[in-house]
Amino acid sequence: MKTLAELMAIKEATMQKMTVREDTGDDAIRIVVGMATCGIAAGARPVLNAFVDEVAKRNLKGVTVSQTGCIGMCQYEPIVEVIQPGKEKVTYVKMTADKVAKVVNDHIVNGNPVAEYTVSAIK
Amino acid sequence: MRELSLNILDIAQNSITANASLITVEITENTVEHTLLIGIYDNGKGMSEEQVKSVIDPFFTTRTTRKVGMGIPLFKMAAEQTGGGLEIKSELGVGTEIRATFKTDSVDFTPLGDVASTIQMLITMNTDRDFVYKHKVDDKEFVCDTRELKAILGDVPLDTYEVSQWILEFIKENTEVLYK
Repeated sequence: MKTLAELMAIKEATMQKMTVREDTGDDAIRIVVGMATCGIAAGARPVLNAFVDEVAKRNLKGVTVSQTGCIGMCQYEPIVEVIQPGKEKVTYVKMTADKVAKVVNDHIVNGNPVAEYTVSAIK
Repeated sequence: MRELSLNILDIAQNSITANASLITVEITENTVEHTLLIGIYDNGKGMSEEQVKSVIDPFFTTRTTRKVGMGIPLFKMAAEQTGGGLEIKSELGVGTEIRATFKTDSVDFTPLGDVASTIQMLITMNTDRDFVYKHKVDDKEFVCDTRELKAILGDVPLDTYEVSQWILEFIKENTEVLYK
């Protein structure tokens, strides 16, 4: 059973690893998941969790995963936007947790958006 | 919504939008009377009587903003289809309390689903807010308060991956015990 004492141990371990908080400044990549009623109903929660897991697993620095409200294309939810300074925003539609690993690998790590999952592939 | 936990996630977003600093999610289940209460209480900016009416009826809204939509009506429907209901108490500048009651023995009862995941997401995606999660089943109760977690963690943020995973398991395990 998980206890608060265990959390204390995690804190100690993390403190040792923690240096200055990694730079999430100007060149940071933002992964934004639509989490309004439409997104949640369409399955955004497992998608967001999968992004958080994948980014942590690969120990990616300068990548943040966050949530936003309704993006305005409810029929294509779950929608995920990848925002990177100096590059055009990429909008992924009808996302699932299974598609996340490919997006992180191809797009976030290697810089090649996964065209077949984007809104332009559907419209 | 496929699970009530998703309704909770959705409704709690309204509290965040309303600038609440403290959000309480209460789940109280009575297995003898087959009733379930889901309460979401916040200290956000609150709503006027007129606004409360408009969030309950999606077709009443004047839609000058996109702040209200289908969230409350869907939650209300999930409660009413079991023979329960939903009530909102709100005061401008004080906060909002939403209570939904369910009859768990109704065939139209939507399962609670993965509440641990909902609470984990609320906590880790909104580390600048505080959350209290109270889950009660008959005479057993589990409470998770982020103010307590923050006191232990000090400078280590709640959205650190290891911490976030611990929160999920902590809630999951302690909630499962309530049903044993």
